[in-house]
Amino acid sequence: MLTSYAGIAVVLVIGIVFPLILLGVSRILHPKKPTPVKLLTYECGLETIGDTWVQFKISYFMYALIFVVFDVETIFLYPWAIKFQSLGLFAIVEMFIFIAILLLGFWYAWKEGALEWM
Amino acid sequence: MQIFIDLANLIRGWITGMGISEAAAEIVMTAVGAVAVIVFILIHVILLILAERRVSAFFQLRKGPNRLGPIGIGQVLADVVKTLGKEDIIPAGADKFVFKIASTTFFATALLAYAVIPFGEGMIIQDLNIGIFYFIAIGSTATMSVLMAGWSSNNKYAMIGGMRGVAQMISYEIPMVFSLLGVVMLAGSLKMSDIVEAQKNMWFIVPQFIAFLIYYIAATAEINRAPFDLPEGEQELVAGFFIEYSGIRWALFAMAEYANMVAVSAIATTLFLGGWNAPFGLTFIPPFVWFMLKLYVMIFTFLWVRWTFPRLRVDHLMHFGWKFLIPASLANILVTGIGIYIYRAITG
Repeated sequence: MLTSYAGIAVVLVIGIVFPLILLGVSRILHPKKPTPVKLLTYECGLETIGDTWVQFKISYFMYALIFVVFDVETIFLYPWAIKFQSLGLFAIVEMFIFIAILLLGFWYAWKEGALEWM
Repeated sequence: MQIFIDLANLIRGWITGMGISEAAAEIVMTAVGAVAVIVFILIHVILLILAERRVSAFFQLRKGPNRLGPIGIGQVLADVVKTLGKEDIIPAGADKFVFKIASTTFFATALLAYAVIPFGEGMIIQDLNIGIFYFIAIGSTATMSVLMAGWSSNNKYAMIGGMRGVAQMISYEIPMVFSLLGVVMLAGSLKMSDIVEAQKNMWFIVPQFIAFLIYYIAATAEINRAPFDLPEGEQELVAGFFIEYSGIRWALFAMAEYANMVAVSAIATTLFLGGWNAPFGLTFIPPFVWFMLKLYVMIFTFLWVRWTFPRLRVDHLMHFGWKFLIPASLANILVTGIGIYIYRAITG
Protein backbone atom coordinates (compact mmCIF):
# COMPACT_ATOMS: atom_id res chain seq x y z
CA MET A 1 0.00 0.00 0.00
CA LEU A 2 2.87 2.32 0.71
CA THR A 3 4.10 1.95 -2.87
CA SER A 4 1.25 4.22 -3.91
CA TYR A 5 3.23 7.01 -2.29
CA ALA A 6 6.44 6.24 -4.17
CA GLY A 7 6.06 9.22 -6.47
CA ILE A 8 5.75 11.54 -3.50
CA ALA A 9 8.95 10.16 -2.00
CA VAL A 10 10.71 10.83 -5.30
CA VAL A 11 9.41 14.41 -5.41
CA LEU A 12 10.49 14.95 -1.81
CA VAL A 13 13.98 13.66 -2.55
CA ILE A 14 14.24 15.91 -5.60
CA GLY A 15 12.93 18.83 -3.56
CA ILE A 16 15.69 18.35 -1.00
CA VAL A 17 18.52 17.40 -3.36
CA PHE A 18 18.00 20.19 -5.88
CA PRO A 19 18.42 23.07 -3.38
CA LEU A 20 21.42 21.26 -1.90
CA ILE A 21 22.99 21.07 -5.35
CA LEU A 22 22.37 24.77 -5.90
CA LEU A 23 23.79 25.61 -2.49
CA GLY A 24 26.82 23.46 -3.23
CA VAL A 25 27.46 25.16 -6.56
CA SER A 26 27.06 28.54 -4.91
CA ARG A 27 29.44 27.60 -2.14
CA ILE A 28 32.11 26.80 -4.69
CA LEU A 29 31.59 30.04 -6.58
CA HIS A 30 30.96 32.69 -3.97
CA PRO A 31 33.56 34.74 -2.11
CA LYS A 32 34.03 34.12 1.59
CA LYS A 33 35.07 37.32 3.30
CA PRO A 34 33.04 37.80 6.47
CA THR A 35 33.72 41.00 8.38
CA PRO A 36 31.98 41.99 11.65
CA VAL A 37 30.14 44.81 9.92
CA LYS A 38 28.74 42.49 7.27
CA LEU A 39 27.40 40.11 9.87
CA LEU A 40 25.43 42.74 11.78
CA THR A 41 21.67 42.47 11.96
CA TYR A 42 19.98 44.57 9.30
CA GLU A 43 17.72 47.39 10.40
CA CYS A 44 17.86 49.93 7.59
CA GLY A 45 21.15 51.37 8.75
CA LEU A 46 20.38 51.68 12.45
CA GLU A 47 21.65 49.61 15.31
CA THR A 48 19.05 47.30 16.84
CA ILE A 49 18.09 47.99 20.40
CA GLY A 50 16.96 45.16 22.62
CA ASP A 51 16.37 41.49 22.10
CA THR A 52 14.48 40.11 19.17
CA TRP A 53 13.56 36.73 20.64
CA VAL A 54 10.91 38.03 23.02
CA GLN A 55 7.54 36.59 23.94
CA PHE A 56 5.08 37.02 21.11
CA LYS A 57 1.63 38.58 21.33
CA ILE A 58 -1.23 36.48 22.64
CA SER A 59 -3.41 37.17 19.61
CA TYR A 60 -1.26 34.86 17.44
CA PHE A 61 -1.97 32.04 19.84
CA MET A 62 -5.71 32.74 19.84
CA TYR A 63 -5.84 32.53 16.05
CA ALA A 64 -3.91 29.28 16.13
CA LEU A 65 -6.32 27.78 18.67
CA ILE A 66 -9.40 28.58 16.61
CA PHE A 67 -7.57 27.37 13.52
CA VAL A 68 -7.04 23.99 15.16
CA VAL A 69 -10.75 23.70 15.94
CA PHE A 70 -11.72 24.44 12.36
CA ASP A 71 -8.99 22.20 10.98
CA VAL A 72 -10.38 19.23 12.91
CA GLU A 73 -13.85 20.18 11.66
CA THR A 74 -12.45 20.00 8.14
CA ILE A 75 -11.18 16.49 8.74
CA PHE A 76 -14.70 15.47 9.69
CA LEU A 77 -16.28 17.30 6.78
CA TYR A 78 -14.22 15.70 4.01
CA PRO A 79 -15.39 12.07 4.31
CA TRP A 80 -18.95 13.36 4.60
CA ALA A 81 -18.50 15.39 1.42
CA ILE A 82 -17.22 12.41 -0.53
CA LYS A 83 -20.19 10.26 0.36
CA PHE A 84 -22.66 13.10 0.25
CA GLN A 85 -24.57 12.11 -2.82
CA SER A 86 -25.29 8.59 -1.66
CA LEU A 87 -26.31 9.50 1.88
CA GLY A 88 -29.87 10.33 2.82
CA LEU A 89 -31.46 13.30 4.48
CA PHE A 90 -30.42 12.07 7.93
CA ALA A 91 -26.72 12.53 7.20
CA ILE A 92 -27.21 16.02 5.87
CA VAL A 93 -29.17 17.15 8.90
CA GLU A 94 -26.64 15.53 11.22
CA MET A 95 -23.74 17.33 9.57
CA PHE A 96 -25.58 20.63 9.66
CA ILE A 97 -26.05 20.13 13.39
CA PHE A 98 -22.31 19.46 13.72
CA ILE A 99 -21.47 22.64 11.80
CA ALA A 100 -24.00 24.56 13.90
CA ILE A 101 -22.33 23.46 17.14
CA LEU A 102 -18.97 24.61 15.82
CA LEU A 103 -20.49 27.86 14.62
CA LEU A 104 -21.75 28.40 18.16
CA GLY A 105 -18.20 28.15 19.42
CA PHE A 106 -17.04 30.46 16.63
CA TRP A 107 -19.71 33.03 17.52
CA TYR A 108 -18.63 32.88 21.16
CA ALA A 109 -14.98 33.44 20.21
CA TRP A 110 -16.03 36.34 17.97
CA LYS A 111 -18.10 37.92 20.73
CA GLU A 112 -15.32 37.57 23.29
CA GLY A 113 -12.86 39.34 21.01
CA ALA A 114 -10.55 36.40 20.31
CA LEU A 115 -10.58 37.29 16.61
CA GLU A 116 -9.52 40.89 17.08
CA TRP A 117 -6.04 41.90 16.00
CA MET A 118 -4.88 43.51 19.21
CA MET B 1 -1.64 13.78 -29.70
CA GLN B 2 -0.60 11.66 -26.81
CA ILE B 3 3.12 12.11 -27.24
CA PHE B 4 3.94 12.03 -23.55
CA ILE B 5 1.91 8.88 -22.93
CA ASP B 6 3.55 7.22 -25.92
CA LEU B 7 6.95 8.31 -24.70
CA ALA B 8 6.20 6.88 -21.27
CA ASN B 9 5.10 3.58 -22.77
CA LEU B 10 8.27 3.48 -24.84
CA ILE B 11 10.45 3.98 -21.78
CA ARG B 12 8.43 1.42 -19.83
CA GLY B 13 8.86 -1.14 -22.61
CA TRP B 14 12.59 -0.46 -22.70
CA ILE B 15 12.88 -0.90 -18.92
CA THR B 16 10.92 -4.14 -18.75
CA GLY B 17 12.89 -5.34 -21.76
CA MET B 18 15.95 -5.20 -19.56
CA GLY B 19 14.39 -7.85 -17.31
CA ILE B 20 13.12 -5.75 -14.40
CA SER B 21 9.90 -6.88 -12.69
CA GLU B 22 6.59 -5.10 -13.21
CA ALA B 23 6.41 -3.50 -9.76
CA ALA B 24 9.93 -2.13 -9.97
CA ALA B 25 9.25 -0.84 -13.47
CA GLU B 26 6.21 0.96 -12.08
CA ILE B 27 8.33 2.71 -9.46
CA VAL B 28 11.01 3.60 -12.00
CA MET B 29 8.37 5.05 -14.31
CA THR B 30 6.94 7.11 -11.45
CA ALA B 31 10.41 8.40 -10.69
CA VAL B 32 11.02 9.30 -14.34
CA GLY B 33 7.65 11.04 -14.47
CA ALA B 34 8.39 12.94 -11.26
CA VAL B 35 11.75 14.17 -12.55
CA ALA B 36 10.17 15.23 -15.84
CA VAL B 37 7.35 17.16 -14.17
CA ILE B 38 9.65 18.85 -11.68
CA VAL B 39 12.10 19.93 -14.37
CA PHE B 40 9.17 21.25 -16.41
CA ILE B 41 7.82 23.21 -13.45
CA LEU B 42 11.22 24.62 -12.50
CA ILE B 43 11.74 25.92 -16.01
CA HIS B 44 8.36 27.59 -15.76
CA VAL B 45 9.21 29.09 -12.39
CA ILE B 46 12.48 30.55 -13.59
CA LEU B 47 10.82 32.03 -16.65
CA LEU B 48 7.98 33.28 -14.47
CA ILE B 49 10.34 35.52 -12.55
CA LEU B 50 11.11 37.30 -15.81
CA ALA B 51 7.49 37.12 -16.95
CA GLU B 52 6.31 38.80 -13.79
CA ARG B 53 8.72 41.67 -14.29
CA ARG B 54 7.66 42.13 -17.92
CA VAL B 55 3.93 41.83 -17.22
CA SER B 56 4.13 44.13 -14.19
CA ALA B 57 5.99 46.63 -16.33
CA PHE B 58 3.33 46.59 -19.01
CA PHE B 59 0.66 47.17 -16.39
CA GLN B 60 2.64 50.18 -15.24
CA LEU B 61 3.04 51.54 -18.79
CA ARG B 62 6.75 50.85 -19.00
CA LYS B 63 8.82 48.06 -20.50
CA GLY B 64 10.39 45.50 -18.27
CA PRO B 65 13.89 44.12 -18.64
CA ASN B 66 14.74 44.36 -22.30
CA ARG B 67 18.49 44.99 -22.39
CA LEU B 68 19.70 41.42 -22.26
CA GLY B 69 18.33 39.40 -25.14
CA PRO B 70 15.32 39.87 -27.40
CA ILE B 71 12.52 40.20 -24.83
CA GLY B 72 14.78 40.15 -21.84
CA ILE B 73 15.38 36.41 -21.96
CA GLY B 74 19.04 36.93 -21.10
CA GLN B 75 17.89 38.40 -17.81
CA VAL B 76 17.11 34.89 -16.60
CA LEU B 77 20.68 33.74 -17.15
CA ALA B 78 22.03 36.95 -15.62
CA ASP B 79 19.91 36.45 -12.52
CA VAL B 80 21.06 32.86 -12.13
CA VAL B 81 24.70 33.82 -12.45
CA LYS B 82 24.27 36.69 -10.01
CA THR B 83 22.53 34.72 -7.31
CA LEU B 84 24.97 31.83 -7.52
CA GLY B 85 27.89 34.17 -7.10
CA LYS B 86 26.70 36.19 -4.11
CA GLU B 87 28.35 35.80 -0.76
CA ASP B 88 26.38 33.78 1.74
CA ILE B 89 26.09 36.14 4.68
CA ILE B 90 24.57 34.56 7.77
CA PRO B 91 24.07 37.17 10.51
CA ALA B 92 26.12 36.75 13.64
CA GLY B 93 23.11 36.43 15.92
CA ALA B 94 21.14 34.03 13.77
CA ASP B 95 20.26 30.47 14.68
CA LYS B 96 22.54 28.91 12.06
CA PHE B 97 21.03 25.46 11.63
CA VAL B 98 17.41 26.60 11.32
CA PHE B 99 18.48 29.51 9.13
CA LYS B 100 20.21 27.16 6.72
CA ILE B 101 17.44 24.64 6.37
CA ALA B 102 14.50 27.06 6.15
CA SER B 103 14.97 27.85 2.47
CA THR B 104 15.40 24.19 1.57
CA THR B 105 12.25 23.11 3.41
CA PHE B 106 10.23 25.93 1.90
CA PHE B 107 11.33 24.81 -1.56
CA ALA B 108 10.71 21.12 -0.85
CA THR B 109 7.17 21.72 0.41
CA ALA B 110 6.44 23.91 -2.59
CA LEU B 111 7.47 21.10 -4.93
CA LEU B 112 5.56 18.40 -3.07
CA ALA B 113 2.25 19.88 -4.15
CA TYR B 114 2.96 18.92 -7.77
CA ALA B 115 2.69 15.22 -7.08
CA VAL B 116 -1.08 15.22 -7.52
CA ILE B 117 -1.66 17.66 -10.35
CA PRO B 118 -3.07 16.15 -13.54
CA PHE B 119 -1.35 17.79 -16.47
CA GLY B 120 -3.27 15.77 -18.98
CA GLU B 121 -5.10 12.51 -19.39
CA GLY B 122 -3.13 10.01 -17.37
CA MET B 123 -0.30 12.46 -16.70
CA ILE B 124 -0.08 12.63 -12.93
CA ILE B 125 2.96 11.70 -10.92
CA GLN B 126 0.82 9.88 -8.37
CA ASP B 127 -2.94 9.61 -8.71
CA LEU B 128 -3.61 9.32 -4.99
CA ASN B 129 -7.01 8.34 -3.66
CA ILE B 130 -6.81 11.35 -1.39
CA GLY B 131 -5.58 13.81 -4.03
CA ILE B 132 -7.08 17.07 -2.81
CA PHE B 133 -6.61 16.21 0.83
CA TYR B 134 -2.92 15.63 0.20
CA PHE B 135 -2.64 19.03 -1.48
CA ILE B 136 -4.29 20.75 1.48
CA ALA B 137 -2.02 18.95 3.93
CA ILE B 138 1.09 20.00 2.01
CA GLY B 139 -0.16 23.57 1.89
CA SER B 140 -0.19 23.65 5.66
CA THR B 141 3.46 22.63 5.94
CA ALA B 142 4.63 25.78 4.18
CA THR B 143 3.79 27.83 7.25
CA MET B 144 6.50 26.15 9.25
CA SER B 145 9.24 27.19 6.86
CA VAL B 146 8.02 30.79 7.04
CA LEU B 147 8.18 30.69 10.81
CA MET B 148 11.62 29.07 10.76
CA ALA B 149 12.97 31.73 8.45
CA GLY B 150 11.43 34.58 10.40
CA TRP B 151 12.49 33.41 13.83
CA SER B 152 15.98 32.20 13.08
CA SER B 153 17.10 35.43 11.44
CA ASN B 154 17.20 37.21 14.80
CA ASN B 155 15.95 40.34 13.08
CA LYS B 156 12.95 42.29 14.26
CA TYR B 157 11.62 42.83 10.75
CA ALA B 158 11.99 39.17 9.97
CA MET B 159 10.29 38.09 13.15
CA ILE B 160 7.31 40.36 12.66
CA GLY B 161 7.11 39.27 9.04
CA GLY B 162 7.30 35.62 9.97
CA MET B 163 4.67 35.81 12.71
CA ARG B 164 2.32 37.79 10.51
CA GLY B 165 2.96 35.37 7.69
CA VAL B 166 2.04 32.39 9.82
CA ALA B 167 -1.07 34.12 11.21
CA GLN B 168 -2.16 35.00 7.70
CA MET B 169 -1.48 31.58 6.26
CA ILE B 170 -3.36 29.69 8.94
CA SER B 171 -6.24 32.14 8.82
CA TYR B 172 -6.78 31.73 5.09
CA GLU B 173 -6.20 27.99 5.16
CA ILE B 174 -9.74 27.42 6.42
CA PRO B 175 -11.70 29.28 3.73
CA MET B 176 -9.52 27.59 1.12
CA VAL B 177 -10.30 24.14 2.52
CA PHE B 178 -14.00 24.86 2.89
CA SER B 179 -14.29 26.17 -0.64
CA LEU B 180 -12.76 23.02 -2.06
CA LEU B 181 -15.35 21.02 -0.11
CA GLY B 182 -18.07 22.15 -2.50
CA VAL B 183 -16.13 20.67 -5.42
CA VAL B 184 -15.65 17.40 -3.55
CA MET B 185 -19.38 17.25 -2.87
CA LEU B 186 -20.15 17.68 -6.55
CA ALA B 187 -17.55 15.20 -7.74
CA GLY B 188 -18.01 12.63 -5.00
CA SER B 189 -14.33 11.80 -4.78
CA LEU B 190 -11.00 13.21 -3.63
CA LYS B 191 -9.11 11.67 -6.54
CA MET B 192 -7.91 14.27 -9.02
CA SER B 193 -8.67 12.25 -12.12
CA ASP B 194 -12.23 11.63 -10.90
CA ILE B 195 -12.75 15.33 -10.36
CA VAL B 196 -11.54 16.16 -13.86
CA GLU B 197 -13.75 13.40 -15.28
CA ALA B 198 -16.76 14.83 -13.46
CA GLN B 199 -16.28 18.14 -15.27
CA LYS B 200 -16.73 16.68 -18.73
CA ASN B 201 -20.07 18.36 -19.28
CA MET B 202 -19.81 21.45 -17.14
CA TRP B 203 -16.83 23.02 -15.42
CA PHE B 204 -17.29 23.34 -11.68
CA ILE B 205 -16.80 27.10 -11.81
CA VAL B 206 -20.43 27.39 -12.97
CA PRO B 207 -22.19 25.82 -9.97
CA GLN B 208 -19.43 26.78 -7.56
CA PHE B 209 -18.73 30.34 -8.59
CA ILE B 210 -18.70 31.70 -5.04
CA ALA B 211 -16.40 28.89 -3.99
CA PHE B 212 -14.08 29.76 -6.86
CA LEU B 213 -13.88 33.38 -5.72
CA ILE B 214 -13.29 32.37 -2.12
CA TYR B 215 -10.62 29.88 -3.20
CA TYR B 216 -8.93 32.50 -5.36
CA ILE B 217 -8.78 35.06 -2.55
CA ALA B 218 -7.69 32.51 0.03
CA ALA B 219 -5.03 31.11 -2.30
CA THR B 220 -3.64 34.59 -2.92
CA ALA B 221 -3.36 35.00 0.85
CA GLU B 222 -1.83 31.55 1.30
CA ILE B 223 1.00 32.23 -1.13
CA ASN B 224 1.71 35.63 0.42
CA ARG B 225 1.05 37.51 -2.78
CA ALA B 226 -0.30 40.99 -3.18
CA PRO B 227 -2.70 42.27 -2.07
CA PHE B 228 -1.91 40.01 0.88
CA ASP B 229 1.85 40.32 0.88
CA LEU B 230 2.15 42.02 4.24
CA PRO B 231 4.65 39.41 5.56
CA GLU B 232 6.99 40.59 2.85
CA GLY B 233 5.63 44.07 2.47
CA GLU B 234 8.27 46.02 0.69
CA GLN B 235 7.29 49.38 2.04
CA GLU B 236 7.07 48.24 5.60
CA LEU B 237 9.13 45.23 6.42
CA VAL B 238 11.75 45.52 3.70
CA ALA B 239 11.39 41.86 2.69
CA GLY B 240 9.76 40.51 5.79
CA PHE B 241 10.73 37.05 6.79
CA PHE B 242 13.51 36.53 4.25
CA ILE B 243 15.26 39.82 4.90
CA GLU B 244 18.54 38.30 6.05
CA TYR B 245 18.79 35.83 3.19
CA SER B 246 21.14 36.62 0.34
CA GLY B 247 22.26 34.96 -2.85
CA ILE B 248 21.06 31.46 -3.59
CA ARG B 249 19.11 31.15 -0.33
CA TRP B 250 16.98 34.12 -1.32
CA ALA B 251 16.62 32.71 -4.83
CA LEU B 252 15.28 29.47 -3.34
CA PHE B 253 12.64 31.45 -1.45
CA ALA B 254 11.67 33.37 -4.58
CA MET B 255 11.52 30.21 -6.70
CA ALA B 256 9.46 28.44 -4.04
CA GLU B 257 7.07 31.38 -3.92
CA TYR B 258 6.52 31.24 -7.67
CA ALA B 259 6.24 27.47 -7.54
CA ASN B 260 3.49 27.91 -4.94
CA MET B 261 1.74 30.33 -7.25
CA VAL B 262 1.86 27.89 -10.16
CA ALA B 263 0.65 25.09 -7.86
CA VAL B 264 -2.44 26.94 -6.64
CA SER B 265 -3.17 28.01 -10.22
CA ALA B 266 -2.95 24.38 -11.29
CA ILE B 267 -5.32 23.32 -8.51
CA ALA B 268 -7.79 26.06 -9.48
CA THR B 269 -7.55 24.89 -13.10
CA THR B 270 -8.10 21.26 -12.15
CA LEU B 271 -10.93 21.81 -9.71
CA PHE B 272 -12.82 24.72 -11.18
CA LEU B 273 -11.84 25.21 -14.79
CA GLY B 274 -12.22 21.63 -15.95
CA GLY B 275 -8.62 20.46 -15.82
CA TRP B 276 -7.61 19.05 -19.16
CA ASN B 277 -11.16 18.95 -20.57
CA ALA B 278 -11.64 20.81 -23.82
CA PRO B 279 -14.35 23.48 -23.83
CA PHE B 280 -16.99 23.48 -26.57
CA GLY B 281 -15.85 20.08 -27.72
CA LEU B 282 -12.64 21.25 -29.41
CA THR B 283 -10.91 17.96 -28.81
CA PHE B 284 -8.45 18.18 -31.66
CA ILE B 285 -6.15 20.14 -29.39
CA PRO B 286 -4.43 17.72 -26.97
CA PRO B 287 -5.68 17.80 -23.35
CA PHE B 288 -2.21 18.70 -22.12
CA VAL B 289 -2.28 21.91 -24.18
CA TRP B 290 -5.69 22.84 -22.77
CA PHE B 291 -4.38 22.41 -19.24
CA MET B 292 -1.41 24.62 -19.93
CA LEU B 293 -3.56 27.32 -21.54
CA LYS B 294 -5.92 27.43 -18.57
CA LEU B 295 -2.94 27.40 -16.21
CA TYR B 296 -1.40 30.40 -17.96
CA VAL B 297 -4.69 32.29 -17.76
CA MET B 298 -4.84 31.68 -14.00
CA ILE B 299 -1.21 32.70 -13.51
CA PHE B 300 -1.85 35.85 -15.51
CA THR B 301 -4.75 36.76 -13.23
CA PHE B 302 -2.47 36.40 -10.21
CA LEU B 303 0.03 38.74 -11.81
CA TRP B 304 -2.80 41.10 -12.77
CA VAL B 305 -4.36 41.26 -9.31
CA ARG B 306 -1.02 42.23 -7.80
CA TRP B 307 -1.10 45.62 -9.48
CA THR B 308 -4.85 46.14 -9.21
CA PHE B 309 -5.54 46.22 -5.50
CA PRO B 310 -3.76 48.01 -2.67
CA ARG B 311 -2.19 45.94 0.04
CA LEU B 312 -4.43 45.01 2.94
CA ARG B 313 -3.57 46.26 6.39
CA VAL B 314 -2.93 43.45 8.81
CA ASP B 315 -6.03 43.87 10.97
CA HIS B 316 -8.20 44.24 7.86
CA LEU B 317 -6.60 41.09 6.53
CA MET B 318 -7.41 39.03 9.60
CA HIS B 319 -10.88 40.52 9.89
CA PHE B 320 -11.61 39.69 6.28
CA GLY B 321 -10.37 36.13 6.59
CA TRP B 322 -12.06 35.18 9.82
CA LYS B 323 -15.22 37.25 9.85
CA PHE B 324 -16.16 37.28 6.21
CA LEU B 325 -14.61 34.40 4.30
CA ILE B 326 -15.23 31.64 6.83
CA PRO B 327 -18.97 32.34 7.18
CA ALA B 328 -19.18 32.76 3.40
CA SER B 329 -17.50 29.45 2.70
CA LEU B 330 -19.62 27.64 5.29
CA ALA B 331 -22.72 29.15 3.72
CA ASN B 332 -21.47 27.87 0.38
CA ILE B 333 -21.20 24.35 1.78
CA LEU B 334 -24.71 24.52 3.20
CA VAL B 335 -26.22 25.88 0.00
CA THR B 336 -24.34 23.34 -2.12
CA GLY B 337 -25.54 20.52 0.13
CA ILE B 338 -29.14 21.61 0.00
CA GLY B 339 -28.89 22.23 -3.73
CA ILE B 340 -27.51 18.79 -4.51
CA TYR B 341 -30.13 17.16 -2.27
CA ILE B 342 -32.99 18.99 -3.97
CA TYR B 343 -31.55 18.23 -7.41
CA ARG B 344 -31.29 14.53 -6.56
CA ALA B 345 -34.80 14.53 -5.12
CA ILE B 346 -36.22 16.16 -8.24
CA THR B 347 -34.38 14.07 -10.83
CA GLY B 348 -34.77 10.90 -8.75
